[in-house]
Amino acid sequence: MSTTTEPKHRLPQFISPRSTTEQPLSYLTAERGIRSWLFTLDHKRIGVMYLIGILTSFLMGGVMALLVRTELLTPGPTIMDADTYNHMFTLHGAIMTFLFIIPSIPAALGNFVLPLMIGAKDVAFPRMNLASLYLWVFGAVFLVAAMGLNGLDTGWTFYTPYSTTTNSSVISATMGVFILGFSSIFTGINFIATVHTMRPKGMTWFRMPLFLWSLYATAIIQVLATPVLGITLMLLIAERVAGIGIFDPALGGDPVLYQHFFWFYSHPAVYIMILPAMGIISELISTFSRTRIFGYRFLCYSSVAIALLGFLVWGHHMFTSESAMAAVIFSALTFSVSIPSGIKIFNWLATLYKGSISLTTPMCFALSFIVLFAFGGLTGLFLGALATDVHLHDTYFVVAHFHYVMMGGTLMAFIGGLFYWWPKMFGKMYNEFWGRMSCLGIFVGFNWTFFPQFLLGTKGMARRYYNYKPEFQGLHVVSTLGAFVLGVGLVICAAVLVHSLFRGRKAPPNPWGVATMEWETTSPPPVHNFEDTPKVTDPYDLEGFVLNETSGNYERRPAGITSSQKPSEVKA
Amino acid sequence: MNTLNQYLIFAESTGSVWLPSQSSTVAGEVDGVFSLILWISMIFFIGIVGALVWFVVRYRRQPGVPAQREIHHSTVLEIAWSVIPFMLLIVIFVAGFGTFMGMAAEVDDAYEIHVVGKKWVWSFQYPNGYIDDALHIPVDQPIKLTMSSDDVIHSVFIPAFRVKRDVIPGRYTTLAFEATQTGTFDLFCAEYCGTKHSDMYSDVVVHPSGEFEAWLEKASNFLETMSPADAGKALYKRRGCAQCHSVDGSQMVGPSFYKLFGQQAVLDTGEAISVDGNYIRESILEPQAKARAGYRKVMPTYQGQLKDEEIAAIIEYIKTLKE
Repeated sequence: MSTTTEPKHRLPQFISPRSTTEQPLSYLTAERGIRSWLFTLDHKRIGVMYLIGILTSFLMGGVMALLVRTELLTPGPTIMDADTYNHMFTLHGAIMTFLFIIPSIPAALGNFVLPLMIGAKDVAFPRMNLASLYLWVFGAVFLVAAMGLNGLDTGWTFYTPYSTTTNSSVISATMGVFILGFSSIFTGINFIATVHTMRPKGMTWFRMPLFLWSLYATAIIQVLATPVLGITLMLLIAERVAGIGIFDPALGGDPVLYQHFFWFYSHPAVYIMILPAMGIISELISTFSRTRIFGYRFLCYSSVAIALLGFLVWGHHMFTSESAMAAVIFSALTFSVSIPSGIKIFNWLATLYKGSISLTTPMCFALSFIVLFAFGGLTGLFLGALATDVHLHDTYFVVAHFHYVMMGGTLMAFIGGLFYWWPKMFGKMYNEFWGRMSCLGIFVGFNWTFFPQFLLGTKGMARRYYNYKPEFQGLHVVSTLGAFVLGVGLVICAAVLVHSLFRGRKAPPNPWGVATMEWETTSPPPVHNFEDTPKVTDPYDLEGFVLNETSGNYERRPAGITSSQKPSEVKA
Repeated sequence: MNTLNQYLIFAESTGSVWLPSQSSTVAGEVDGVFSLILWISMIFFIGIVGALVWFVVRYRRQPGVPAQREIHHSTVLEIAWSVIPFMLLIVIFVAGFGTFMGMAAEVDDAYEIHVVGKKWVWSFQYPNGYIDDALHIPVDQPIKLTMSSDDVIHSVFIPAFRVKRDVIPGRYTTLAFEATQTGTFDLFCAEYCGTKHSDMYSDVVVHPSGEFEAWLEKASNFLETMSPADAGKALYKRRGCAQCHSVDGSQMVGPSFYKLFGQQAVLDTGEAISVDGNYIRESILEPQAKARAGYRKVMPTYQGQLKDEEIAAIIEYIKTLKE
């Protein structure tokens, strides 16, 4: 980060360059040198390194997305041949799923925030935390190495028998995903142990911030579902290398079995992606409405319900390949997951009601999330219903649907969370105007890109198509133009954040007036997170804070003035 | 609302803003389910966004005015917005389920056509043994496709009929439908299958009643009625050669047929051969035995799928491609 601007020589740890201000050294500056980062056990530094890795992956996947969209401007060849296109959309999907979305919120933001939120010094197993980062790096190397070897043209789902017969680098890529799975399991174990054992006295389960609930529910899925993916990919590798017949019918295997195995992980994985996003949204909506979250307990239960029900619906990815009976059962179970998701949306809306809403950058992203996630969720009903899914399965309708949920949902929440915790992570405020403009750009560009894809899908445009019938071209051109607008929005977003690191105003400890514990410490926090052990309070007691106009910091309301006072009385 | 519904969803012959034409018996019913879900989700979406925008405007932060909501949970409300959507979901499930079971039901007097998918071509075998690359069917007649794949998973998708079913190696899957309109429709491969997945396309030709049988008879006798070279040309198009072998010298997945006959070629073993009738025949029946250098070994075998006269016709056709 800013290490280049600091003096080259290494300062002894106990001498603070800012000793005059009596502020403790932040975790960013306490130790210097590359080794202090590579061997750190500090959850905050690990979170920051995860963030760098994840954003690099996002950039890679994003460039590929733009290339794919550019290719689709015309039927037939535009800028690449069919094989290159197949490699490109496969790697876009694999990188975005395994390297970006799955670890984005838990491993980057979660790692940074979770211990701070419970007032702890670190996660339960700091070494395991660092190991998970290294596993992520190794996994990423294997996955990306496939690109340099023979590429990867299976689609991110590695469906057999295509994946066992193609000559692209399936083994390298699946090894990568296998290793990434362990990274995810390590993070999950760590979070479960941390939440169980390190909560401070007084923070009961139902006094935990909702982001913790969602990380906890996510961790359960990570630990229970990811091993299934690992085993599946091992079987796939065994079949490819040794010809052991498991999935390939020519060897006595069953290709649909692979789909069951794969989705037994990959559907719960959808909730690994969306649950932490929902947790962030609960925090943002409450904070920027300056009022207690509505229906806290229902929100907790709904996170757990989503985590558990998410295990029972994998078969809805196979309505056109499994038996009619299985399809009926999975369709019914699928609808059950939409209830807890609906509860969340309605509770967020109720939180806005009679709030005091300010449209800060994180809030803009949170509101965009609600709109896009609602849209994504409702379009899921067309896919959960059997008769309509038969028509829409494997068309652009599905592509549009999951981009609304994954990108309109998880990505919006991730960026919103990043803007929300950015002052805490790096101690810098960013330009609010351009932050909001980036949200507007992303929101407009996103809808511009993906709404036309619903129409393409209902009209019968199948997905993963290099070539298409001329009547689809109009909508493809619209979608591609939107993708570039979306790209511009994301570039603005990156520029705002990078700019803040160099030119940003110094962040106060609690710029948003939040009652969760991470805002009790300095921004950025010291190495051990808190100078004094923080007091456990109600995480949604937003009325207990008042803005100090001169410092921009929210401070605890002095005793004697209660939050139940009428607005007129507080005016002074 | 009815006119709007018609514009959005129901437009039998031409298709609507959303959906293609309704050309099978189930299409109307499927679109009915689509319409039901569309209306329910539009109402919810407008409600959610409307409330969101209204609250953001109405309760925007004003200096000195804190949040005023005193209620922080309401079991009654929360149960209401769990139970009401739950009931609507049951309605949607039942609608989707009923139509689906109708689609999956077997009909006794269905006309059966065997479908084989292989990279990257469909072949349709009619009861008399004739194989064509297009799906020809009579109108108003229940059809049953019995499908299998020679290599990877494919999927038969006919948007105008609202049907789709995966075609899986090592087993038969079936797909039943009944066309209600004559004309030509699209059949796509919906399951990703490699390089030319998006070109694994076929026409569905729905014949007016009484004309299908005449077409089948005429088409079946092509070996007798056409010259060998012409029959070879028809086979070249119908049986999937055209997917990978050009006739104008352009580079595709496999070697071009242009000026192929009599050519000197190099195998991947380094051996030089001369392309003659025997080599072409062997390459059709055992494509991997003597693969040409510089090409991937992806061609599926036609062993048992092409008759000797047909292979001879293809060789005759290749011989004609000299200029």
